[in-house]
Amino acid sequence: MGSTSEFGRRDLIKRAVAVGLIAVPSVSVLTACASGDSGDKSDKADKGQKTGKNPLAVNETAALDVVIFDGGFGQQYAKDAEAAYQSAFPKARVKHGATQEIQTQLQPRFNGGTPPDLIDNSGAKQMDMGTLVGKKQLTDLNALLDAPSIDDPAKKVRDTLRPGVVEMGRFDGEETWILYYAYTVYGVWYSRTALEKLDARYPETWDEMLALCEKAKKKGIAGWTYPGKYPYYLPFSLYPFIAKIGGREVLDRIDNLEPNAWKDPAVKAAFEAYYELYKKGYILRGTPGLTHIESQTAWNQGKALFIPNGSWVENESKKTTPADFKLAVGAPSSLDAKTDKLPFGTIWASGGEPFIVPKNAKNPQGGMELLRIMLGKKSSQNFIKQVSSLTSLNGGTEGLTLPPGLASSQEALTKAGRNVVNPRIQDWYVALQKEKIGVAAIGEMMAGRMTPDEAIAKIQKFSDETREDSSVKKYKHK
Amino acid sequence: MQHGKYRFIVGFLIVPLAIYGIFVISPFVQAIYYSFTDWTGLSPDFEVVGFDNYRKMFQDDVFWKSVGHNVLLLLVLPLVTLGLGLFFAFMLNVGGRRRKNAAVAGVRGSGLYKVIYFFPQVLSIAIVALLFQFAYNPNSGALNSFLKAIGLGSVQPDWLGDPQLALWCVMAVMVWSNVGFYVVLFSAGMSSIPKDFYEAALLDGANRVQTFFRITLPLLWDTVQTGWVYMGIMALDGFAVVQIMTVGPGGPDYSTEVLAYFLYTKAFRDGQAGYATTLGVALLIVTMIFAGVVMKLGRRERLEF
Repeated sequence: MGSTSEFGRRDLIKRAVAVGLIAVPSVSVLTACASGDSGDKSDKADKGQKTGKNPLAVNETAALDVVIFDGGFGQQYAKDAEAAYQSAFPKARVKHGATQEIQTQLQPRFNGGTPPDLIDNSGAKQMDMGTLVGKKQLTDLNALLDAPSIDDPAKKVRDTLRPGVVEMGRFDGEETWILYYAYTVYGVWYSRTALEKLDARYPETWDEMLALCEKAKKKGIAGWTYPGKYPYYLPFSLYPFIAKIGGREVLDRIDNLEPNAWKDPAVKAAFEAYYELYKKGYILRGTPGLTHIESQTAWNQGKALFIPNGSWVENESKKTTPADFKLAVGAPSSLDAKTDKLPFGTIWASGGEPFIVPKNAKNPQGGMELLRIMLGKKSSQNFIKQVSSLTSLNGGTEGLTLPPGLASSQEALTKAGRNVVNPRIQDWYVALQKEKIGVAAIGEMMAGRMTPDEAIAKIQKFSDETREDSSVKKYKHK
Repeated sequence: MQHGKYRFIVGFLIVPLAIYGIFVISPFVQAIYYSFTDWTGLSPDFEVVGFDNYRKMFQDDVFWKSVGHNVLLLLVLPLVTLGLGLFFAFMLNVGGRRRKNAAVAGVRGSGLYKVIYFFPQVLSIAIVALLFQFAYNPNSGALNSFLKAIGLGSVQPDWLGDPQLALWCVMAVMVWSNVGFYVVLFSAGMSSIPKDFYEAALLDGANRVQTFFRITLPLLWDTVQTGWVYMGIMALDGFAVVQIMTVGPGGPDYSTEVLAYFLYTKAFRDGQAGYATTLGVALLIVTMIFAGVVMKLGRRERLEF
């Protein structure tokens, strides 16, 4: 080879390769899917004949393209509904897709203007709803809501849904952009069997809660655990607790990102109550390092009594739940039964599995028709049986034997009556709710690295920053 | 004939250059353009917003935190990984007791060790991260069980759940999964160093440390430098381990946030692809600075043998 001073061939190649290697992965990933054209709208399927059986005027020969999030609920329920669609429109070709990577798979299709007709935009990789709405990428579902329901032509779909479902699908105006198909109950989950072993029942006041945790501690059982790696599970019982103490306006102000919303005394009272769980050593050791699965398993094994969670936990933890576990959900205990603004039983429940029909879909009527089928009693019961979760169809559980957790959710909803709260911060401001409030404040507080006051101050700062951030679309309660 | 020669060269280069231009250069240029827009990543319409994204980036605490973590990774990871790699490779090739016929030899069973060291390289990073997630589990993980077994039941760290430890836990995984590759790489380099050099050194009474610093390292410098660049790339990335393993991910309290993951959340969770490309440009600049520094520092007289 050449002398030492010369730029050798091997040297040159090596350096070129090195520079290329570093440079390539850093930015180019993003732009690959950038500006496609906005889609040719003329390739939409024509509307079909509007009849009593076909109120949405679906073109019976148009193909239907469905993409389902293949997560905790699987995809079979959607396939069954598609079969019903197929038998109603034998000439239509139904294309079924299922994935966990909703965003990765569908973002390019939105950018290219060729999205599917119906999407279950769910899971960790869902597309940001606020952006989809803000950029006018969705179809207004009011046409579906005003159509007669599939079971009773005298009733509109709108009137067959559980309270709050339609409102959740709205953003600013009157349009309904999203239809939440599953109905989730959040709260404090426990095993009736575990409590019976301690001669206890679910504590209705916070003092009873602390007493029960103390009793459990003496037997070597922790009171609480939570997914420490994803501390944004804690709000599932903490937020309704706040609403119970201070009224639902407190949560509304929080959702509206109002200045000093978090400085409300109800927030402080709730945070301090939870912090006491940590201070008194009622939290399962090691909890800050556990994933949701790990913490649920520890809870299933009887290492802890309570876990803040949602009704999907029954299905998700099926494999580790002992047969005599008797899973149940409790509403937040009363901090002070006399002064709390809302009665015991106040609970967080809201829609899950957000279904959307893209604006540029070729067959939007078909997408809505499939949703109409899914919201019928037959499909709904099929869903309940398959995945043990309620649907947005009000009732629909008659004649079914429900698994213990689901039966308990249904009871909790009945007990709550009108006192169902639904903090919107979770779907309006994902980054704020999950990584800022959840991980960086509440998680830190429950791990004992921050006092309630510090946590509240930090959250208020995060909330103010989000309010000032022009790149985040804002929403308000009406 | 000169003319024909160039035409010949151009003929060979035109296709790869075109591909490089289309798939590498043009996305770069586009990315820089998108970093000046408010593109959401979810719809094809967007507006140019000037330097807004850059202004936002400079005021973003999380951005600075993740840059800090990347720089720390950049300083620690190559040093530890290459250091360990060199040490192990040296022991495997030169560090053993002297045997009858050979001037130098590796420790006993060095062939087997080589395989074992290389093993993590065969596993995908996702599997590695998942395995370590189990090991770091504070309740039933291997680490805390081990501590308990040796009587340290009172020392039960939360590992990934502890902001003081989390980033170090991430680094440990990255070192573990990469060190084997360098052991093999350096072993290959060392085996090409003529044995007589070592013989001569041994005759002069040099010990192992001296032979390492006076003979092995200088003759291996080129390979080490390449390794340094590769490890730097790893350090600037770190995405997979952070995303799979850490609290949040990226936490607790942003203690493991790195640029690549931050960029990803902005682009694919928050619908702020414009801002994300801005972060990408920042990452590009950091990378370029790193590459420049390495090239500059590494330029050292080459020894021929």
